[in-house]
Amino acid sequence: MTDALYRIEGLRVEVADQTRKPLFGAAPRLRILDDISFSIERRSVLGIVGGSGSGKTTLGRTLVRLVEPTAGTLIFDGQDVTQLSDDAMRPLRQRIQLIFQDPMSALNPRLTIGRIIAAPLRAKTSDPRVAAALDNVGLPRGFAGRYPHELSGGQRQRVGIARAIALRPDFIVADEIVSGLDVSSQAQVLTLLANLVKDLGLTLAFISHDLSVIRRLCDRVIVLQKGKIVEDQPVADLFTSPSHEYTRQLLNSIPEPDPSQRW
Amino acid sequence: MLDGRGAVKRRAGARLWLSGLWLAIVALAAVFAPLIAPHDPLMQDLLYGRLPPFWMAGAEPGYLLGTDSLGRDVLSRLIHGARIALIVALVAGIGTCLIGSTLGLIAGYYRGWADRIISRLVDIWMAFPPILFAILLIAVIGTGLTSVIVAIVVIDWTRFCRVVRAETLNQSQMDYVHSARIAGFTRMKTMLSEILPNVLPTIVALLSLEMGIAVIVEAILSFVNLSISTDQPTWGGMIAEGRLSIHQAWWVLVFPLITLFLTVLSFAQFGEGLKDRFDPVLR
Repeated sequence: MTDALYRIEGLRVEVADQTRKPLFGAAPRLRILDDISFSIERRSVLGIVGGSGSGKTTLGRTLVRLVEPTAGTLIFDGQDVTQLSDDAMRPLRQRIQLIFQDPMSALNPRLTIGRIIAAPLRAKTSDPRVAAALDNVGLPRGFAGRYPHELSGGQRQRVGIARAIALRPDFIVADEIVSGLDVSSQAQVLTLLANLVKDLGLTLAFISHDLSVIRRLCDRVIVLQKGKIVEDQPVADLFTSPSHEYTRQLLNSIPEPDPSQRW
Repeated sequence: MLDGRGAVKRRAGARLWLSGLWLAIVALAAVFAPLIAPHDPLMQDLLYGRLPPFWMAGAEPGYLLGTDSLGRDVLSRLIHGARIALIVALVAGIGTCLIGSTLGLIAGYYRGWADRIISRLVDIWMAFPPILFAILLIAVIGTGLTSVIVAIVVIDWTRFCRVVRAETLNQSQMDYVHSARIAGFTRMKTMLSEILPNVLPTIVALLSLEMGIAVIVEAILSFVNLSISTDQPTWGGMIAEGRLSIHQAWWVLVFPLITLFLTVLSFAQFGEGLKDRFDPVLR
């Protein structure tokens, strides 16, 4: 607990439920996240697991301040970032990055890969950091001149990773980054991410609905159900002694290659 | 937006070539009108009045498309009329495009009160009957080329504003816009460097459509005698004059009509063709 990079206390996120808005008056509030408290230690990988609609993506987007929290505090590297305005947040932005779930939507379709990676660096496409980022994610440097639609899904996701790591951030949120990929690209992207975490000393929040992926990558896991944390354990303990019924259900839903082998 | 990569492999459609060819002919005619027009477009010669086009009996050599009731050469008037048509298309089209697109981008991206004000303004604006609006406007500010252009811009910016706002709203939901925010871009920079390149193909297609519409509006205003003074030949003015003698000399009406039709059609098709050819994204 002493070396926490990011501390989240009593986080609550609510949105207006426009579908049930009465003709007059305000729309009722829909609670997406409720009383979320956890911390992420430096150079560790935190897994955030949960089913559809459990609030994982909202949590990830709140961590990078894309979604405004209704209540609670976010303390990043000793600094309270909960109430920071867009302008005040700007210097911190490049220390906190997000890799998006859908790489097609996350990459501007009319910019070349080089410009997509260079823009957050405020650099030209010829900047050596662009080439280095492409090297890091195992893409040929010639890809800098291509457009996102010319790449495969796995390659696009690598570009998303390259853009995030090019800034040398302290903290990255990876939001279901392999769920849109086929199994072999999944494995490649995961291996790549694991190596980058090790080599660059990244702190990572890895969001997934797939516990088998979490097991490979994470040190600690929190399990979300309906916007609440139902389980917060080191990854080994989670798989041996899940404390909550929902976690057991998730564990049981992992397809087993060999049914005789128990987890 | 103009990137050759996607274009190399795809064949440019016939519509891009045909419409481009026609627009090039019109543009050349407009630029070199005094050089290529066989006669002075204003010169009257009552002895040569209502001469038919060259393939009909009674045609006079040198008057390819015949003459009107005052003996003025139809072809020469068409060529000179292209000048007004193109000036109106370019200036009014670009003016409309700049004003409408800017407001549409702001409304679609910034939302909030800016969007509410702009959108309500567009709604109110579009409820006026456009041609009546133009006629009233010109009656107030007086006739002339500038007035025609101002009238078109004042009426038609809403077309751009609506479409660009909708497209911007659409693009603003994409993750790359969120990504720009995470990268710490200012909102202005996000709008100009991330969203604008994605709205630009729509704007270009709309611009060429608008140029066609500007030509039509100018013709309509000429038709009701509210455009340019009569000593400057315009297609709309020729149609109006030709209507009076339609039973004696149909060619005075029909040739400007065909020219107008082809030009408006070409503008619209040219825009679509450009979009097909130069948009690097295969959606």
